[in-house]
Amino acid sequence: MKKILALLFLTVVPVTGLAAGGAACGMVQCDAVDIDLGDEESLQNGARIFVNFCLSCHSAAYMRYNRMGQDLGISDELVEENLLFAADKVGDLMKAVMPADDAKVWFGTAPPDLTLTARSRSPEWIYTYLRSFYRDETSFSGWNNAVFEHVAMPHVLYEWQGEQRALFRFEKSTVTVEQDDGAKVDKEIETKVFDGFEISKAGTMTEARYDAAIRDLTNFMVYLAEPAKLVRYRIGIFVLLFLFILFVAAYLMKKEYWKDVH
Amino acid sequence: MQKLLEWVDDRFPLIKTWEEHLAKYYAPKNFNFWYYFGSLALLVLVIQIVSGIFLTMHYKPDAGLAFASVEYIMRDVSWGWLIRYMHSTGASFFFIMVYLHMFRALLYGSYRGPRELLWIIGMVLFIALMAEAFMGYLLPWGNMSYWGAQVIISVFSAIPLIGDGLAEWLRGDFVVSDATLNRFFAFHVIALPLILVALVFVHIVALHKVGSNNPDGIDIKKNKGPDGNPADGIPFHPYYTVKDIVGAVVFLMAFSAVVFFAPEMGGWFLEHDNFAPANILQTPPEIVPLWYFTPFYSILRATTESIMPVLSVMVALLGLLSVFTVRGVVAKSVMIAIAAVLVIGLYALEAKLWGVILMGASLVLFFFLPWLDRSPVKSIRYRGWMYKTALTIFVISFVVLGYLGTQPAEGPKVLMAQVGMVLYLLFFLLMPWYSKYDRTKPEPDRVTMK
Repeated sequence: MKKILALLFLTVVPVTGLAAGGAACGMVQCDAVDIDLGDEESLQNGARIFVNFCLSCHSAAYMRYNRMGQDLGISDELVEENLLFAADKVGDLMKAVMPADDAKVWFGTAPPDLTLTARSRSPEWIYTYLRSFYRDETSFSGWNNAVFEHVAMPHVLYEWQGEQRALFRFEKSTVTVEQDDGAKVDKEIETKVFDGFEISKAGTMTEARYDAAIRDLTNFMVYLAEPAKLVRYRIGIFVLLFLFILFVAAYLMKKEYWKDVH
Repeated sequence: MQKLLEWVDDRFPLIKTWEEHLAKYYAPKNFNFWYYFGSLALLVLVIQIVSGIFLTMHYKPDAGLAFASVEYIMRDVSWGWLIRYMHSTGASFFFIMVYLHMFRALLYGSYRGPRELLWIIGMVLFIALMAEAFMGYLLPWGNMSYWGAQVIISVFSAIPLIGDGLAEWLRGDFVVSDATLNRFFAFHVIALPLILVALVFVHIVALHKVGSNNPDGIDIKKNKGPDGNPADGIPFHPYYTVKDIVGAVVFLMAFSAVVFFAPEMGGWFLEHDNFAPANILQTPPEIVPLWYFTPFYSILRATTESIMPVLSVMVALLGLLSVFTVRGVVAKSVMIAIAAVLVIGLYALEAKLWGVILMGASLVLFFFLPWLDRSPVKSIRYRGWMYKTALTIFVISFVVLGYLGTQPAEGPKVLMAQVGMVLYLLFFLLMPWYSKYDRTKPEPDRVTMK
């Protein structure tokens, strides 16, 4: 038994060890975000922001309006009155308002579908990305992002956050490079290091309020990526409880049958 | 009821089958922890088939619809998310069960005679399972599905002359496309499951013909009781049915814990990049197969030009060792010829092709275990330090190769994978010697209950 436990330990430890560790979001470190799918108010606020702002250009085309309403405690009537800008029926999929072909012409690329972004990127990535836009006169839209350099998307929520400027410094370092003929040469390279943001023009929200709004939006997008997440933990506890009782019964039965085997 | 049974039994060997395979199939009484994984692998197969049938009802094998149909299952199909997570988690658990089942064979010498054919059937089963998993992984049509299939199929194009044609024939197109998805679907839902079920049946028939091995690696049929049944054997039913039920419940607890609380398993069971639809214009930053393929994938990648001198020295030394071991001029000449051809081949053929060959060899070598192992005992309990050390090194290199296969191949990781690969191969190639010269302990006459 001891051997088995040791084996289990040896296999589990490296896996959990690998999963931990702060990830990088582009040029910056990802910021932690408090995801709580039990916070219905936050999810509703996130849904409101998502439908009002994101859905103009992006789609969430695997999700239906009424399913979102049912899950977040919003009646079909309320969904129809307040959230249905891009569709006719509450049972419709959440398509973008803007046609994808036009978007391609206007932005150079079609805005990606956002249904699963929280799963393909990560909640931390979304949270950090939406707070990392900065003014960049050299870019096409006048905006750039420290998480996603040269992103085609302009800062949609700049009225709330205000305008940021990014502070960069250049770090010089030498690296040894091997040339085609095999000779090794020291080369001096410059790396652009992100040093932080400064607010150049205040928005309508304080930093704390803006962060809270983005947290609600991120929270909603985590729900959006996997609606089953609202129920699977609760069901899982009952399943495990049932299996535990079954285990006790099965174990006692085994013991009874095996008492004459020595 | 009795009448009905007689009626059936007159027309079908019902009672005979029941007794031969369950009620009067005598299994050693000393099975331990490692003997659960055969029946558990069968349980996973059932889970996969049942959940797979329901997925097939809602899934669309069409490059334009596949990704959306999986999300439809996750959202709009009642309990679809549960069925899908059972199937995706089941795939990983299948390999966990099978790897533990195979490790059991390495521990107790279960592949040794008279179970050689049983072992070979099992290995064919394992390779069929790999094909099944590989094809199933394309079906969600995520970006990692797409690029994973692209990379693995292009491996075949390393084969000289026919390679490019073969890869094209497998894909049904010049790139992975709708045609590929459709044929993979056909293989995944009908062709390979049929083969798997047939092989499982044959595997069990072969097992019941030769009887189960046990942790002591001794033959229980040598000691028969007064009733003519093995003295150390107990009927499979009810003893092992009730015992395996306990194992199944514990398994289901672990399985449910993943299904309900961590179906992605931190990106190990469901990869992040696969939540974006297949995109021919956007390669994921790092294309990696799922964890159960990575030890072999690592071997494929570790075979570069730089390792050829090491491999040729390895071949030369093994050739020399063989020449001293085998008897007769003919056998000795054959050994020299094989070694010479291999050494020339290492430099004559491309490293990429050798990667494919060695990846294949890392699987094929398992088939030869019954004949590579020349120890007088079967179980690790009575083997000496050499086999124990070799097996430990093998398991470590397997796990390390598996981990490195998920990482970018750069810097010291390439070297580590190369060391791992050489150790992996040497476990098999040196086995005829270390298993023979190992200092073994005497086997007991009767099984021991530990």
